[in-house]
Amino acid sequence: MSTVLDVNNLHKAFTTGFIPQKKKILKGITLKVEKGEIFGYLGPNGAGKTTTLKCILGIIFPDEGEIRLFGLPNTSLQAKEKIGFLPENPYFYEYLTAAEFLRFYAQLFGLSRETKEKKINHLLQLVGLERASTVQLRKFSRGMLQRIGLAQALINDPLLVFLDEPLGGLDPIGRKEMRDIILRLREEGKTVFLCSHILQDIEMVCDRVAIIVDGKILNQGKLQDLVSEKILFYEIVVSDVPASSFKGLGECLAEDGGRLLLKVTAEENIKEIMKIVLNQNGRIHSLTPRTATLEDLFVHLVRQR
Amino acid sequence: MKILTVALNTFREAIRDRILYLLLFFAAICIAFSRFLALLTVGDRIKIVKDVGLASISLFGMLMAILIGTGLVYKEIDKKTIFTVIAKPIHRYQFLLGKYLGLVLTLLVMIVLMSLIFLVLIFVHTLTIEWKLLIAIFFIFIELCILTAVAILFSCFSTPILSSLYSLAFYLIGHLSWSMETLIKKVKPGIGKTLLQILYTFLPDLENFNFKTEVVHNLPLPSEIYLHSFLYGLFYSLFLLALAMIIFHRKDFV
Repeated sequence: MSTVLDVNNLHKAFTTGFIPQKKKILKGITLKVEKGEIFGYLGPNGAGKTTTLKCILGIIFPDEGEIRLFGLPNTSLQAKEKIGFLPENPYFYEYLTAAEFLRFYAQLFGLSRETKEKKINHLLQLVGLERASTVQLRKFSRGMLQRIGLAQALINDPLLVFLDEPLGGLDPIGRKEMRDIILRLREEGKTVFLCSHILQDIEMVCDRVAIIVDGKILNQGKLQDLVSEKILFYEIVVSDVPASSFKGLGECLAEDGGRLLLKVTAEENIKEIMKIVLNQNGRIHSLTPRTATLEDLFVHLVRQR
Repeated sequence: MKILTVALNTFREAIRDRILYLLLFFAAICIAFSRFLALLTVGDRIKIVKDVGLASISLFGMLMAILIGTGLVYKEIDKKTIFTVIAKPIHRYQFLLGKYLGLVLTLLVMIVLMSLIFLVLIFVHTLTIEWKLLIAIFFIFIELCILTAVAILFSCFSTPILSSLYSLAFYLIGHLSWSMETLIKKVKPGIGKTLLQILYTFLPDLENFNFKTEVVHNLPLPSEIYLHSFLYGLFYSLFLLALAMIIFHRKDFV
């Protein structure tokens, strides 16, 4: 796999207040995004997600550190030709109609007239806005702006797409459609950099994640590696055995129609429980290890700070 | 090509701005009003119509350049529309030049519209088309190009209200700075005189573009003056745009 985004030791501080004081936002961000993956960039509000993204896209300049896109400096036009970007809140030219809006961005990429019109029609259809092509953006709802924002991010058929909170402001169907589009992008061989503080979004679609808290990346890796390393407890569903038999071995979480749901934290207690069930002619219906979810990991890391 | 794309988008933005039509409406009223002022005048009435008409074009052109120009770049930063544009393959200077040319194009269209109203009014009076008036209008347009560059320069780092005030101050200084020439002549040689001379070199002299009196009163002018004024306008605009580009080049858009 080749690296499409390489961020090395990124630092950024902003000066704020009447008596100017430097506030460090990024404190040495280092990350790599490989070709063809969906990379989740996760962090609480104010952690520095959008600041990192702005540095990568050349909207702001880092104080220190290096950013390379496809092996090129991030501010080079050649690198920018291969990327797409959907900002956090859809900020667009509200006096333009949807089609004019996409045409404007297509022209910045120097697309030919024929390719441009074909692409615009295709994208309007993809994001479900073909009927709104002649409506000015000022009349768009938040969800519609998010959709047209995605369309502009894809106008150049980018190899790497940056999405900042792409599911914000969408209804459940819109969220599902957006997730499907993100997964389709991966199928087409594109790389997606997804910024979000909504764990569910990241967990459902991302291959690898980096967790940023207070301007530092605290954990980075494949989603399965990060969350499946820790087995928190086991859930065992048994029947035809009284709950009192498992005293001291596990906690009975529920009892329904002769079935017991046991929560067992110590692995060595599982054998003991199985013995008891077999001796009493009971049945084991399921044994499920409950691994740590991304949420658990996230909460753990944030609290640690 | 990219500059042109941004310019056309800016033009589209400006012509969909209601303030432009409001100013155009008042400009038309002012130009037409010169006809009534002429009725109150003793002597050559048509000169009043020409004088007031040209002054109206200049005044409303200035208001259009300042009021729209100061908001152009600031709005992009404030409304964060600039984020998606900067992320596209376009240099920052191309974006800024596009914005500038877009507004210059808008002003050109507005000047043409105001001039049409003005020339028709003159035609109704004299039954001739006075092409000479176009010289004065052309230099009003050159002055507006400088004002647009000033407005864009200020809007790179300041709010529209402050930028408007600064640009207005620039306009006033520009039209009064010629009096410094007289002052320099009267001051005794020394540090004071040198300082005044340096200041006079850098301060704008917008009176270079004022050919209203000469045109209205049919006064003869050597053609070198036109060339000098044109070059002065061109280089002053380029100087201001270069300053704006330097500021814009390393600006963080937060």
